[in-house]
Amino acid sequence: MAEPGAYLLVVDDNKVNRLLLTRSLEIQGHRVASAQNGRVALEMLRAAAGAQSASGAFDLLLLDMEMPEMDGFQVLEQLVADRALRDLPVIVTSSLEGIANVVRCIELGAEDYLAKPVNPVLLKARIGASLEKKRLRDQQKELVRRFATSEVAQDMAQSGFALGGRRVHGSVMFSDIRGFTAMVESQSPEETIELLNTYYTLMFDAISDHGGVVNQMIGDGLMAIFGAPLPLPDHAASAVRAALAMIEMIELFNLERVAAGKEPIRIGIGIASGEMVAGYTGTQQRATYTCIGDTVNLAARLEAHTKVAQRAILVDAATRSALGESLAVEALGAVPFKGKSASVEVFSIGLTQQP
Amino acid sequence: MTAPTIAFATFRELQDTAGPEFVAELVDAFLEEAPLMLAELRDARATSNADSFRRAAHSLKSNSQTFGAMALGALARDLELRGLAASAANDDAALDALDAAYAQAAADLKALCHG
Repeated sequence: MAEPGAYLLVVDDNKVNRLLLTRSLEIQGHRVASAQNGRVALEMLRAAAGAQSASGAFDLLLLDMEMPEMDGFQVLEQLVADRALRDLPVIVTSSLEGIANVVRCIELGAEDYLAKPVNPVLLKARIGASLEKKRLRDQQKELVRRFATSEVAQDMAQSGFALGGRRVHGSVMFSDIRGFTAMVESQSPEETIELLNTYYTLMFDAISDHGGVVNQMIGDGLMAIFGAPLPLPDHAASAVRAALAMIEMIELFNLERVAAGKEPIRIGIGIASGEMVAGYTGTQQRATYTCIGDTVNLAARLEAHTKVAQRAILVDAATRSALGESLAVEALGAVPFKGKSASVEVFSIGLTQQP
Repeated sequence: MTAPTIAFATFRELQDTAGPEFVAELVDAFLEEAPLMLAELRDARATSNADSFRRAAHSLKSNSQTFGAMALGALARDLELRGLAASAANDDAALDALDAAYAQAAADLKALCHG
């Protein structure tokens, strides 16, 4: 259904059409502005999309085709070429003669075509569907922006959004809070949420400072990728440095917690490096950027193994070999992991904290 | 009340969805704009401006269909599809017919709104 209060732009050179369409949309609960040709419409769209305009950006464009100065086809061409306006849904309302012209509108990126005179019921349904699609796209963009940092957003802006993966070399990190379930049971939900928010803020900082991208958060656990979507030359060393920074931040955070009479928290981190498939998975309306493959599974197993090994940071041989001699590394020998045919050499990094 | 040139069901539906007062305003806007479109058609004919001719015919067609002025809409659509004719005399005849259809439709629309 149409969202109340959507902000729409009606473009039509014909006054009667403009008035009638504006009226129909206002009756349906939208805010409506209008323009009498394509050139004026583009100016209004750019002004509203640009600097924080008071009215906000437009949610949808209703576009006539036959117009003097700049017609609808030219407007569609300009929108596709404009990064800020590319995703604006456009519904063409016209009484174009010939199916070829309608096809051309759709090919130029119009979301839908409504013949004039516009049937109000159909108009409402089409606008509702377009706004819903836009809402899902905006939500995804917001998710990418919030959870995947600027790298993924940049990747999407440059290469566009396409489902499917490509092979990349990188490092994957899994991390979670030890004894989190017991902690949740012993404190109020408000305290837990506050703890998680602080925890995530600290972890995000440590990870993105070292070029990583957090792409999943599940309860107290998170998954981060180093080396995708943008290549990172020293992804393994960066992941390990991020892990050390995370431990350091947790220790600082624990000083505050202990001072406030609360239990300190501990985290476990697993890192594996190698080839993986990175890309967008999901549906066209809603997808997420992620990595899959053996490397990812191994990182998750290593993270789980930190409990058994009583170590804070565990890495695989590929990660270890990229580290050089600057860090204290302890070889823990080969460990048989579920889902792995051969045992895997496991290394512990830095401090031997825990339990 | 009779309005032979207006498809009453179309007009009535417009009143139902947009409100009778608003439709009266809309008709007033049309009665202001339509003479300009008719003049533009003749100007375009005189200056052989095919784009302007097609666009004015298109606009007039579109508005006629909105109000249910079917005869006027059909004549305008014919001009839009045909474009400028080879001989000015043919266009002049068509434009005269269009003017006459508009005069009738305008009178009927006024009657429907204010009658």
